[in-house]
Amino acid sequence: MQIKSGTCMPVWTSAATSEPGRVSILPLRRALKPAVFLTSLVPFGLLIVDFVFDRLGAEPIEEITHRTGTWGLTFLVITLAVTPVRRLTGWNAVIRLRRMLGLFAFFYVSLHFLTYIVLDQFFAFSFILEDVAERPYIMVGFASFLLLIPLAVTSTKGMIRRLGRRWTQLHRAIYLAAAGGVIHFLWQVKADTRRPTIYGLVLVTLLAARLVNVSKSHGR
Amino acid sequence: MLIRRPPDIETSEITDEKLYWNRREFIRSATGVVAGLATPSVLAACGEPRRAEAAERRAARDDELTPYEDVTSYNNFYEFGTDKRDPSRYAGSLRIRPWTVTVEGEVHKPGVWDIDDVLKLSPLEERVYRLRCVEAWSMVIPWQGFSLSEFIKRVEPTSHARFVAFYTLHDPEQMPGQRRRILDWPYVEGLRLDEAMHPLTLLTFGLYGRTLPNQNGAPIRLVIPWKYGFKSIKSIVRVRFLREQPVNTWQAEAAREYGFYANVNPNVDHPRWSQARERRIGEFRKRPTLMFNGYADQVGHMYAGMDLRRNF
Ligand code: HEM
Repeated sequence: MQIKSGTCMPVWTSAATSEPGRVSILPLRRALKPAVFLTSLVPFGLLIVDFVFDRLGAEPIEEITHRTGTWGLTFLVITLAVTPVRRLTGWNAVIRLRRMLGLFAFFYVSLHFLTYIVLDQFFAFSFILEDVAERPYIMVGFASFLLLIPLAVTSTKGMIRRLGRRWTQLHRAIYLAAAGGVIHFLWQVKADTRRPTIYGLVLVTLLAARLVNVSKSHGR
Repeated sequence: MLIRRPPDIETSEITDEKLYWNRREFIRSATGVVAGLATPSVLAACGEPRRAEAAERRAARDDELTPYEDVTSYNNFYEFGTDKRDPSRYAGSLRIRPWTVTVEGEVHKPGVWDIDDVLKLSPLEERVYRLRCVEAWSMVIPWQGFSLSEFIKRVEPTSHARFVAFYTLHDPEQMPGQRRRILDWPYVEGLRLDEAMHPLTLLTFGLYGRTLPNQNGAPIRLVIPWKYGFKSIKSIVRVRFLREQPVNTWQAEAAREYGFYANVNPNVDHPRWSQARERRIGEFRKRPTLMFNGYADQVGHMYAGMDLRRNF
């Protein structure tokens, strides 16, 4: 790999196609993003297919809530893993996927939220307000969802440029949103805490990796 | 279609699944009483107008049977896993014969009962009950069994017996969910003796005219239709008569969230979610939850004067 640029410039614009031997990787690199895009749509596709063929079980609304919630949190965690993976492996191209992965997290969490509002509650706003105000797990989920909105809105190149350093600071909020997602998950399960605990451990590990790195670079 | 049946259920007592709708239609049109309340005593008294409130009637009138497929594939039975689909996938490892039920504690006739002898105690009746889960979903299920009181009478509780505790089988070999300590196995449930003797409390051996599928608590379970589903303990191996109120499993797990009584009550929320409404499996919009799950007329008197907010 020959990418050394530390800017936000898309790396492929600087790919030296003239060098022999690199030409062959190029299509692969080009394919990476669309491939990840399509892969990220698979859970959504399966949801549609299972809905159409009535394979969502006895309580489809619950199943949709669980799947979209799980994928939302999973994509949040995957997004947070991008930078540590890059540092660990030196695979710089992966950074190009980060925004897309983050937006998929927002996509699934939004579906999750809409499932709750439309399918579960059917716009029963008095009950929704009561839920948000009185059920800690809904409150935390709701706060996390709200937190993700400005991140999604400022994910464009123009916004990145315009906000500069502040963009980086703002987008650290994704850790909060993910932590909120884990707490939300933990607070709604009955007795069996295995799945939220696993997400929590992964998240703590990622955050630790990040902090270790920050302190290292500050030490230099 | 009958897959298996205990030898002691007479064929005439098993309703063909295809006949259910017709039969329900018949019951409804003949009596004007919903099947959900069709206990023998209620049926006998159905000539008189019931005191039920209009809202209750309306909600109860459209109690349609939940499809067999849903009743047997969407289960909370943590002994086989915590996902709703786990019990139907993994309950095949449960061996339901031979099966014994041990009776002990404050009774004149303690002993070990073979399940087939329990089955012979009384003819099986068919009862269509609403089942309201503490998680705010519900079903309507046709059960086969007889009143638990028939069994209790045979074992003759002493004058000291005030409560009854029931225990589910504890065998991680057969119940893979028990390999993780999600709950404090074995599962325990309890009733006050008068609740246990109430005619609606059903000692249950079948549903939809078939032997209970394993995932639904084979071979012997309780169904207590006015309480949240977790009270209706499955796969019972032990019955103990007590002087003191026992601690049931969910209460031990989270006393703030699950009480001993666990009567269905739309006015007392679970700390983490509302109990005012429920989703009937198969329906889209939620419906209001009824006091005592719609069985207030039959069971309300047992709780007269009790603070239901404290005794939740
Ligand atoms: C960052 C935001 C959020 C994340 C990451 C998230 C994630 C999750 C996860 C992982 C689950 C459990 C899925 C399972 O059991 O398989 C879940 C369940 C749920 N979430 Fe969220 N959630 C978020 C926001 C929200 C919001 C805003 C609402 C509604 C206002 C909401 C409502 C629910 C409900 C109702 C359940 C199901 C509870 C149950 O079945 O008992 N979530 N969520």
